[in-house]
Amino acid sequence: MITAKGVTKAFNNKPVLKGLDIHIERGAIYGLAGRSGVGKSTLLRCINGLEGYDTGSLVVDGIDVRSLRGREMMAFRKRIGMVFQQFSLLERLSVYDNVALPLRCWKYKSSFIDKRVKELLEIVEIPEKMRQKPRELSGGQKQRVAIARALAMEPHILLCDEATSALDPKTAKSIIELLKGINRQMGITIVFVTHQMSVIQGLCNQIAILENGRIAVSGTVNDVFRQQHGALRNLIGEEGDEATEDGAFNAIDLDLPRASAGRLAAEMAIALGCDVTIRGGDSAVSGDDPRLLQIIVPEERLDDVRSYLFAYGMQRDCGNGSRDTFWEDVSSVGREGNGGWKSRQSDASQ
Amino acid sequence: MTLDSYWAYWWKYFAGIIAPSIGATLRMLSASMLLAFVMGFVLACLLVLYGPQGLRPNKRRYGIIDFLVNSVRSFPIIILIVAISPVTRMIVGTSIGEKAAVFPLTLSATPFVARIIENSLKAVDRQLIEAARSFGASDFQIIVKVMAKESVPMIIAGMTLSTITFLSATTMAGAVGAGGLGAVALNYGYQSFNNTVLYTSVFILFIMVLLIQWIGDWLYKRMV
Repeated sequence: MITAKGVTKAFNNKPVLKGLDIHIERGAIYGLAGRSGVGKSTLLRCINGLEGYDTGSLVVDGIDVRSLRGREMMAFRKRIGMVFQQFSLLERLSVYDNVALPLRCWKYKSSFIDKRVKELLEIVEIPEKMRQKPRELSGGQKQRVAIARALAMEPHILLCDEATSALDPKTAKSIIELLKGINRQMGITIVFVTHQMSVIQGLCNQIAILENGRIAVSGTVNDVFRQQHGALRNLIGEEGDEATEDGAFNAIDLDLPRASAGRLAAEMAIALGCDVTIRGGDSAVSGDDPRLLQIIVPEERLDDVRSYLFAYGMQRDCGNGSRDTFWEDVSSVGREGNGGWKSRQSDASQ
Repeated sequence: MTLDSYWAYWWKYFAGIIAPSIGATLRMLSASMLLAFVMGFVLACLLVLYGPQGLRPNKRRYGIIDFLVNSVRSFPIIILIVAISPVTRMIVGTSIGEKAAVFPLTLSATPFVARIIENSLKAVDRQLIEAARSFGASDFQIIVKVMAKESVPMIIAGMTLSTITFLSATTMAGAVGAGGLGAVALNYGYQSFNNTVLYTSVFILFIMVLLIQWIGDWLYKRMV
């Protein structure tokens, strides 16, 4: 649906995109991640023609974006919605008028506009806010209005430029759920630019990481996290996780149900006094009970973590380089009947 | 002079000379500001359209409009009135009186108002313009439905400032034959050594400024 080949773009002779190739399938929720200034938003804006590109080709729904001019470009943009980080709502207009704005620009009848706006506000779950002004809304509500406006023209593609970056984690999660619902119910392709790993994991089913103006790695979220490509490690390092050096990973694969992994991670964090993060679990592969997960821990505690997992009866397979996969051993003394884990405190009390 | 006789003296001048000139001043002011707003808005739209950060940057077109606006603005109102009096005579039929004053006042006010509206439009968040572009709005729709709508409070504040500024200009125009409160204050007040007429006219101008500012503030609060 969206195919870019060799796209380059420079600003004031400074190259930003240096021959970028990407393919986004219809119906995907595609994450574009990378460090600040790497060209993610530039690529997004090239997709709907807000930004031109210098060389290469960018084809959206069979249309070469660079060939469009004037009214053709306006009609092309009608089919692509866009949501921005800072909401971009008109402060002097009510929620109703903000959502109706694209429909009025395209001269739809007022009766249709009225019906459509009410429908959209139901979809984004804020129909009661119709007559209020943006300044009376919270950040999450403003973003819902922005999403409703972006959906007004029934787009095939929704471009989100850091749409959750200005929101608190709980609100961001609700927006992510809303977008997932929209993708599921309407089949809209979503391209989401972000630098937040939590958003990528919570929302996207495919991801591309940009580095040095090109796609460094792309694929399903689970595959990309499993590969632990340098670009991903650089990005994780930017988020405040422990940076890794000379090829040593701070990730361990776990092969056990997500519920068990959650409990294990919490007990390990308490016992070892360090942060433990769980990632991965592609439900498309593993169904409702994803088994292959990752835990991310500070690099200097990796040995302690391995010791802890051994103590609880997990077995280890060494994968690529220093990459470990721990799996549950059903004969282990540490294992309780339903896949749960005893805590050290409960072991000590026996 | 007793209080009663002073009151009769004051009323004679107020009813006979000062009060009719209030109407003349208001008519000159409202006509020139209305015309200046309409023409200034068009000029402002062109400046915003063709400007360096504009919707459709065009150096040549912007340069021409920018030059014209700056040139006319550089003329003090009294100089402009006398300099274009032949043109005024051609268009209006005379260079003296209320109607004749509206032409140079409008000419002077238009670029002033254009700059104020241009700055108000340019102050609108660029992301709003991007958002409007992203759903296929045309440049004209972006200016009218987005930029102008969002900048109404700033435009009102700017027009309040312009109106007060050009109230002073109409007063100055009275010195060169325009009529109105300025002419009364100068001719029957200052040059006739009549302080009653002079200070009464000044006081009325003071009240008019307060009223214009009050109306502007009220409109601003309603529109924010």
